[in-house]
Amino acid sequence: MSMIRKSMPSGYDPMGWNRFSEKIMLERKSKVMRTFLISLSSVLLIASAASALAAGSESDFKTAYAAAEAANKEAGSLRNQWTVTAAALTAAKKAADAGDFDQAVAQSKEAEALARASIYQATSEKEAWKALEIK
Amino acid sequence: MAGEIDVRPVIQFVSAALALAAIAFGGVPSAVAADKPDPVADAKAFRDYFTKKFPQVKLEDFVNGPYSMNKDMHRQWEEKEQFPPYEFALDMGKEMFTKPFKNGKSYADCFPNQGIGVRQNYPTFDEKEGKVVTLELALNRCREANGETPLSYVKDEMAALTAYMAFTSRGKPFDIKIPDDPRALEAYQNGKRYFYTRRGQLNFSCATCHVQAPGERIRAEVLAPALGILNAMPIYRSEWSGMGSISRRFTTCNSQIRGVPLEPQADEYRDLEYYLSYVSNGLPISGPGARP
Repeated sequence: MSMIRKSMPSGYDPMGWNRFSEKIMLERKSKVMRTFLISLSSVLLIASAASALAAGSESDFKTAYAAAEAANKEAGSLRNQWTVTAAALTAAKKAADAGDFDQAVAQSKEAEALARASIYQATSEKEAWKALEIK
Repeated sequence: MAGEIDVRPVIQFVSAALALAAIAFGGVPSAVAADKPDPVADAKAFRDYFTKKFPQVKLEDFVNGPYSMNKDMHRQWEEKEQFPPYEFALDMGKEMFTKPFKNGKSYADCFPNQGIGVRQNYPTFDEKEGKVVTLELALNRCREANGETPLSYVKDEMAALTAYMAFTSRGKPFDIKIPDDPRALEAYQNGKRYFYTRRGQLNFSCATCHVQAPGERIRAEVLAPALGILNAMPIYRSEWSGMGSISRRFTTCNSQIRGVPLEPQADEYRDLEYYLSYVSNGLPISGPGARP
């Protein structure tokens, strides 16, 4: 079987002439455009829905802030809070007061992550400190 | 088979005996011994570590912190001592110390030897309370017992008082006692643990700077060795443009590594001071000091 291609899949003649009648070519063109427009609008719809979901609401902030505060309280019971956690909590509150709940949620999540890191540090150091001891 | 000796019970007996001996003389008891605090051995190891790390530094010079680390720094310290920046605090401390309280008593009534030349004995372990009592804490307790309001632990007045008391003890070797009381040993051990425990977002322990990196620079500052680090307290710090008590030093160390400081004179800080002072036993009091 010959490997040389006998027809062009695009319907376009490489020499610059249509291989089909103008009517068929126009139909094809509009079909392609329709498919493109449907795909584009689907993508835009999905993107806007996703961003609507990602945008923080006041209740999202309250949930995220409560989780961060609880973790920081636990770090406090281990006598190992970090200043950066307190700073992130303050920033979250400030953003929420200004009505910027996206930022408020982001800062609360940052605070929770920092508090969890300080808990991990305090827990692991219960034994790890011995490695530094002068003996 | 008849006539052969069965050696298996003998082998089993010997194995069991060896295992027991290993437990008795090796494994478990030595692990327990390793966990039991041994302040005398700790202090020796501590001193050996620094004297080996800095063989050119005389033992008594470690109390000069960063100024003991190289000749240029030492020369700076000698010049600074000609007109020391802590002199004003010293005068203020003497005045405060000698001025009677409203009830007619004074600080002298709260301390052995009228409070003169006793700095080297603090912190002490109060067996009644079962806790460590630092000099700063004893001063505030003295005030409260005489109807005065306590001073802030991190401001100049407290540092001025301890500066005067340290000055009357200059040259006297640290003489911290750990009484035969399990609570005292526990306090010592807690202080040691605090000293080596990493904390703050920077994940630093006290030892990270003052054991692993003394003599090195952190930004523009030369780090002081932990040996003798409290002998010069309180200090005038150029960075602070003022005096700093031990409480101020501990709390700022914590915040510099992005950890939330504990309240001044928290049990942890009292125990830390107990540990750090004990391992510098024998080194002279040089406070008040001056630092960059």
